[in-house]
Amino acid sequence: MAAKPKSQRLILAMLALAALGGAGLLAASALGDTSTYFYAPTDLATSRPEAGRSIRLGGLVKEGSVSRSEDGLTLRFTVTDMVNETAVSYTGLVPDLFREKQGVVATGSFGPDGRFKAKELLAKHDENYMPPEVADALERGTQQMEAKAQSGA
Amino acid sequence: MIAELGHFALWMAAAASLLQSLGLLGRGIERLAVPAALAQALFAALAFSGLAWAFMASDFSVRLVTLHSHTSMPALYKFAGVWANHEGSLLLWVLVMALAGAAVALAPPALGRHFRARTLGVMGSVSVGFLVFLLLASNPFARISPAPTEGQGLNPLLQDPGLALHPPLLTIGSVGLSVAFAFAVAAMLDGEVGPRWAKAVKPWVLAAWSFLTLGIALGSFWAYHEPGWGGWWVWDPVENAALMPWIAATALFHSVALLAQRDALRAWTLLLAVMAFSLSMLGTLIVRSGLLPSVHGFAVDPASGQFLTVLIALYVGGALGIYAWKAGGIPSGESFEPVSREGALVANSLLLASMLGVVFVGTFYPLAREGFAGNRISVGPPHFNATVVPLLLVMAVLMAIGPWLSWRSSSTTHLASRLLPAGVAAAAATLIALAIFDVRSTIALLGFAAAFWLGGSSLHLLVKQAPTLGSAGMALAHFGVAVSILGATASGALQSEALVTMRVGDRVGFGGWQVELIDVRPVAGPNWTALEAEVHFSRDGAAIATLRPQVRSFTRPEMETTEAALHSLWWGDFHAVLGKPDGLGKWQIHVWSRPLIRLIWLGAFLMALGGAMAIAGKARMRLPSGRTAYPSAFDSRPVERVGPG
Repeated sequence: MAAKPKSQRLILAMLALAALGGAGLLAASALGDTSTYFYAPTDLATSRPEAGRSIRLGGLVKEGSVSRSEDGLTLRFTVTDMVNETAVSYTGLVPDLFREKQGVVATGSFGPDGRFKAKELLAKHDENYMPPEVADALERGTQQMEAKAQSGA
Repeated sequence: MIAELGHFALWMAAAASLLQSLGLLGRGIERLAVPAALAQALFAALAFSGLAWAFMASDFSVRLVTLHSHTSMPALYKFAGVWANHEGSLLLWVLVMALAGAAVALAPPALGRHFRARTLGVMGSVSVGFLVFLLLASNPFARISPAPTEGQGLNPLLQDPGLALHPPLLTIGSVGLSVAFAFAVAAMLDGEVGPRWAKAVKPWVLAAWSFLTLGIALGSFWAYHEPGWGGWWVWDPVENAALMPWIAATALFHSVALLAQRDALRAWTLLLAVMAFSLSMLGTLIVRSGLLPSVHGFAVDPASGQFLTVLIALYVGGALGIYAWKAGGIPSGESFEPVSREGALVANSLLLASMLGVVFVGTFYPLAREGFAGNRISVGPPHFNATVVPLLLVMAVLMAIGPWLSWRSSSTTHLASRLLPAGVAAAAATLIALAIFDVRSTIALLGFAAAFWLGGSSLHLLVKQAPTLGSAGMALAHFGVAVSILGATASGALQSEALVTMRVGDRVGFGGWQVELIDVRPVAGPNWTALEAEVHFSRDGAAIATLRPQVRSFTRPEMETTEAALHSLWWGDFHAVLGKPDGLGKWQIHVWSRPLIRLIWLGAFLMALGGAMAIAGKARMRLPSGRTAYPSAFDSRPVERVGPG
């Protein structure tokens, strides 16, 4: 009996490790399947995710691109990072701060027809706020344009 | 003048907290800790009152008031505006910390004056860091000159009764965990941890946990009726920031119960106590620094991130360092058989730790990924639902069994008869869901089964085996978990929704109901105007409910918000949101029926009530007769004592 507490401690420690290891594996495998990648229109121009894969598409709502379908339920607009553009359709209630020339992040996927269908639109609540991914995408777009301009000169 | 007094009081609170932290040193200076803690609480309360006065009086010479208030706002939001910003919410944080210290100073020193001084010393040293941070980097009393005649107003999304309750309760809960943290650090320094320590720390943990439970539940309810936030729980980083300390605290008080009763799991319990408050501080960092992108990022000041990171790393690192240094020297406690109350509590710890692990990994993975691989990803509900839900289901199964086991070693022969009613309830509920409600999702069916299994067992326990407030509290809290699981499962599996465009006078079918748009008209509130739709729900011509969703326009600041309308019936909620007009007389209307959804928050309320009862149950154990009426840590008496002999 004297050795028992020690061996019990060991067993408990091993159980704990097994449980945490199991949880880690579970988390890691789920992360591979479920994490959603962020794309700007320029990223989509070079590599497009397979149809049905959920992604987040971010950029500015292009000026003059917003229109509605006949039934009034589906919204169509274009997301731009000033270099490339992606057309988006969205069925649902439009967030309060969804505006032309404002940042937007659309979560959704490409259908088999190649159109991007958004399930969720995130337009940040705060007027002064730009989602960091969008700010990033716009900066990359600008850099690319500058690089093009220089190589062209 | 009031603002200067508040600022001065804040400096005095910092000085008092510095004195209080000397309690760590011992050797006579420790006697200062109690008066210093009381002084700190007094000055922190004065500082907070000073800021609250500035907000209530709309003193726009104070920069914070200018940025976050407006004379036209109702008094409730002027007051709640105090903590609806970065500086003010940190002031609330510091105030709660100081009040917790005062509570420890005033409570009878269950473990002696020396230990109390050390505990206060730890709390004081945490306070001093945050107070200095507040004073140097986020001064809430900073003036602007010349003072504007009007403020910029509070973000309209925050002008909701939820703002009055959710942040204070959440802060009391998460900062209240600092007492357990301080108890653990003091115990490690003194090398004294055992049942006495566990009994002394238990009421503090339970109280903090109950507040945290209420705070999270209120936040979730607020998110439910605020359309922009995506629903009652969307695994947003800010939501996870509150959930992680809650999970750790849940594991902590179960482990504390085991330590109090059987002197086992000493080192693990200490680690949990350190972790719970460390995760609270980490949560503060996530919420305040905007480190992780969130829909709830309001009181954000990215510039403060570095200071907070260093501060929190110091405290967490320090506590874990002491743990690493001292934990090896903590003798291991008593041993026990795997099938016993102890075994069940160990399983509880393992499952909760795993759950904490997957939430932590999911929350921080995007940050790590961005740091190492440079690409931006987000981890959302699919990840958490795939990982947390299975763990929760396993836990619900065990939670129904654990309380029926006796300490040391338990026979399992009585289990079958104890759990039979629960088993029958679970099977019946699953069959009904399958056959009558046509639920086909496996996870939803398992959810129904788990809810009725746990609910049945806990209710049985509550009726049959709850001789004290403490054991009744445990049974009630477990029942609350079952109620929440049922609410979450049913509202997800049985909800129906419709997105339509309607003219005034149009009528559409929805589920078995008819929805009619009666009118859309302008209405006005204290500081907003709105378009309000009147939507009638009826069934076979009989009116059931009238909902009035709004789109509000605020002028200060200029912003539109969508206000959902909710109508509660016995079976659940109708939920309606008014969308944009198409310019040709048609309105977008989104309606849902959400069966049993309020059970989610009712269950959380039962959990918090159970936690509060478990505190009272402890008081009853100390009857003047000196007799401990019931031996268990939650006061629940083992059903049958079937010892090894």
